[in-house]
Amino acid sequence: MLTCSQKPPTTQSSGVTAPHLRPATRTTQSRKKLSTRFAGGLLLLALLALALMLSVAFGAREVGWPEIIAALSGQVDTIGDAAVASRLPRTLLAVLAGAALGVSGGVMQGLTRNPLADPGLLGVNAGAALAIVIGIAWFGIDETTAYIWTAILGAGLAAVAVYAIASLARGGATPLRLALAGAATTAALSSLATAVILPRGDIGGLVQSWLVGGVGGATYEQITPVLPFLAAGFVITLLAARKLNLLALGDDTAAGLGEKVAVARAMSAVGAVLLCGPITAICGPIGFVGLVVPHACRLLVGGDYRWLLPFSALAGAVLLTLSDVFGRLVAHPSELDVGIVTAFIGAPVFIWIVRNRKVGSL
Amino acid sequence: MSASSLLAQSLVAGYGERTILNDVSLTVQAGKTTAIVGANACGKSTLLRVLSRLLTPEQGEVLLDGNAIHRLPTRRLAQQLGFLPQSPIAPEGITVLELVSRGRHPHQGLFKRWSAADEAAVADALSATHMTALAECAVDELSGGQRQRVWIAMALAQQTDVLLLDEPTTFLDINHQIEVLDLLTDLNQTRGTTIVMVLHELNLAARYADRLVAMAGGNIYAVGEPEEVFTEQMVRDVFGLESRVIDDPVTGKPMMIPLGRHGACK
Amino acid sequence: MNRLTLQPAARFSQMRRVQARQRVRMLAILGAILLAGVMLTLTLGQSFTPLTTVLRILGGAEVPGAGFTVRELRLPRAVISILTGACFGLGGIAFQTMLRNPLASPDIIGISTGASTGAVFAIVVFSMSGPAVSVVAIVAGLGVALLIYMLSWRQGVTGGRLILIGIGLAAMLQSVTAYLLMRAPSWTLQEALRWITGSVNGAQLDQALPLLIALLLFGGLLLSRSRDLETLRMGDDIAAGLGVRLATTRITIVISAVALVAFATAVSGPIAFVAFLSGPIASRLMAHRGSLLIPSALVGALLVLLGDYAGQFLLPARYPVGIVTGVLGAPYLVYLILRDNKSRGTL
Repeated sequence: MLTCSQKPPTTQSSGVTAPHLRPATRTTQSRKKLSTRFAGGLLLLALLALALMLSVAFGAREVGWPEIIAALSGQVDTIGDAAVASRLPRTLLAVLAGAALGVSGGVMQGLTRNPLADPGLLGVNAGAALAIVIGIAWFGIDETTAYIWTAILGAGLAAVAVYAIASLARGGATPLRLALAGAATTAALSSLATAVILPRGDIGGLVQSWLVGGVGGATYEQITPVLPFLAAGFVITLLAARKLNLLALGDDTAAGLGEKVAVARAMSAVGAVLLCGPITAICGPIGFVGLVVPHACRLLVGGDYRWLLPFSALAGAVLLTLSDVFGRLVAHPSELDVGIVTAFIGAPVFIWIVRNRKVGSL
Repeated sequence: MSASSLLAQSLVAGYGERTILNDVSLTVQAGKTTAIVGANACGKSTLLRVLSRLLTPEQGEVLLDGNAIHRLPTRRLAQQLGFLPQSPIAPEGITVLELVSRGRHPHQGLFKRWSAADEAAVADALSATHMTALAECAVDELSGGQRQRVWIAMALAQQTDVLLLDEPTTFLDINHQIEVLDLLTDLNQTRGTTIVMVLHELNLAARYADRLVAMAGGNIYAVGEPEEVFTEQMVRDVFGLESRVIDDPVTGKPMMIPLGRHGACK
Repeated sequence: MNRLTLQPAARFSQMRRVQARQRVRMLAILGAILLAGVMLTLTLGQSFTPLTTVLRILGGAEVPGAGFTVRELRLPRAVISILTGACFGLGGIAFQTMLRNPLASPDIIGISTGASTGAVFAIVVFSMSGPAVSVVAIVAGLGVALLIYMLSWRQGVTGGRLILIGIGLAAMLQSVTAYLLMRAPSWTLQEALRWITGSVNGAQLDQALPLLIALLLFGGLLLSRSRDLETLRMGDDIAAGLGVRLATTRITIVISAVALVAFATAVSGPIAFVAFLSGPIASRLMAHRGSLLIPSALVGALLVLLGDYAGQFLLPARYPVGIVTGVLGAPYLVYLILRDNKSRGTL
């Protein structure tokens, strides 16, 4: 017989249960999966609780438990109470932003069938920044809801443009093309945004706000307008989860299985942009959360998007809240913006993914 | 032109942790055409890469006219031994003439200008591959078979005694496969160039090569003239395929007909 | 036509002579445009200074009023623009050729970003200035290049993996640069923009000498490898088969290109897309008439010189050169990715 060494089968990141597995194996496997999923979910919830506690407790000012409890019950009598109270909206924003970015990244990865897809990488940050800058400089917008709409528009256009550019090339949107198109589009859009701002001394400070993203200084007034968008985004993406499972098999297969590919695509894309656009509008660019979180969750729950997306929301919230706490602790008494922390966590993960993929698929 | 001898001695080679060649020794007969055959991933391309020094073996060595090639100066080796990879990349827009001229690289130095000898070698290579008339065309515009002839012309312009080719006929239509193999046979017969090539198509290998090297599992299964090596047993052992081997009615060389699961009915 | 009657070899030689002549002509045209550009930037700014006056000033004569403008403002700007542009052009084409990908230029794969982060770090954290900043920028650029190379090493390095890892590192470094700039004690938008997108504002003549030396030294090293570089475009296997020593050639090219980019970045910041644009533009102009190194250097110099001029005088507001080239790069990039449709994107 054949003595030559066989190549090991390639593992695809879109790990939908292999159809050739016999039913018996499949049930045992899914039962096992279920228990890991359950345990994983509990673990994430516990981590989130821990992260919330840390986020409220730690900051530039050291406070004791009595003050924390006082602030949580609504009293603002001492400076310590006030400090804690100011950490509450920030913590809330971190949770929301992490969840939104995590889900958004997962959807984008499924939508593009591309393991490196991430809101930041797809040019969303630069698109949102440019749109907001133009809105402020030329159309005089000045309230949060208008910012959010503008950001959604810019983010959506940028993401669609980057994806279109990358996929119009022969061979489709490979991770390499997507990353390059995203990186270069980001550079070009940032230049444009700077070009819009430069002649306007009055809004020069805007450049700073999109250089590094953060959740510091968040207020409830800022967060409230975002909520409806996020709610819509979460609902739409969760409804699209089943469609993403089919899209993972390839457009032709999905169509063969009776899915309207274009509808599935559009729906997931709208959901993803509704999640990441508003967050970018109020936090600035927070990179890599959308990349790292879904990958980590895939290890935990596999490639089924119905499980992956909720887990990504949870894990994203944990990651961003902990990153924010870490940023406050490491640079004490100053603080490191959460965008820097996530970049330092995310870039190594990005590199790890690139290193572990077969060269051919780049 | 005097033919050079190429000798591989107990090669162990692979990529990183994965060892692919296990103690392979081979004598390539000078002035002959040798075809290496075998199933996918059996080490035939790896062997060719070691023979051409693209891959350094962990153990053993390759001797060209008695000199270990992995210790020869790169340029000097390139003057004696040419290599054509499986699907070479032509820089976009490059013309046939320019591409073939690149074959003179090992004969040029930092300050050595393009000489009459260089020009003669290029003209010669183009005429041998029947590409003279197309010298000014862009390589992108040529057909697959013509493109492969251009690459062979480049290797010819290198004027080496030994030419190694990795699957020179892949992705070509059958007529172009024959065209390329005919061309290589011409070169071997008129110039005495020693040719070693990896070939996928067993029947073509038997027809065009003076000697066959059959590989399996990182080892050489058999070496010799096609009539000797090419047996039903070899096809079974190397490819895991039941077949009938008959005499090719045109050349009298052995030729394989696969049985398949449905073949035996008739 | 007599060429059909010629022997092939003679015909080929004639073709080569024609090509060489066309190459020289194209180089001369580029040189002439560059010279004209220099004349333009020296004579016409906020005010007009006649060419004869400019020449007298350059000759050392004291001309009240115009003397300061030309000698202290316009001349340093032009000189630094040309030198940094040439450095970026050379560094860019070297990487693009070696990695056989027009998108693999040092400004996209994070090497310029690394040098820039190094420079900002030196300035903000160590309060350095002058040549010391250049040294840190170069060390950082080389360090990042080495890191990218090591991280992409997995039984060999492939272009795609190297580019992706470069992009990942660049994203991280950009956030470091941004953070440092925001925490800098004296934050000004103009100064911050230099390190984010590049600018030749405030150019000084005494920055020119180290740049010139770097250009001659490392540019010369690249030129000495130009034939190997051309051969590398046909793939590593072919190049090795033709007698190119891959390892030494690659190391020489990487060190030279990184040094060129880092020296330029230390002075002007990472001027967006100049390294990325110069090579492909030069490639279109030269249409495969020999090595692209010198043409790219000329194109790079032209891009920075004219981009800076446009940013200063031709647009409604004053923009640093990096903004102009950054916006220029976008349509070209889109074209490049779309063009992949028809042919392989190998420059």
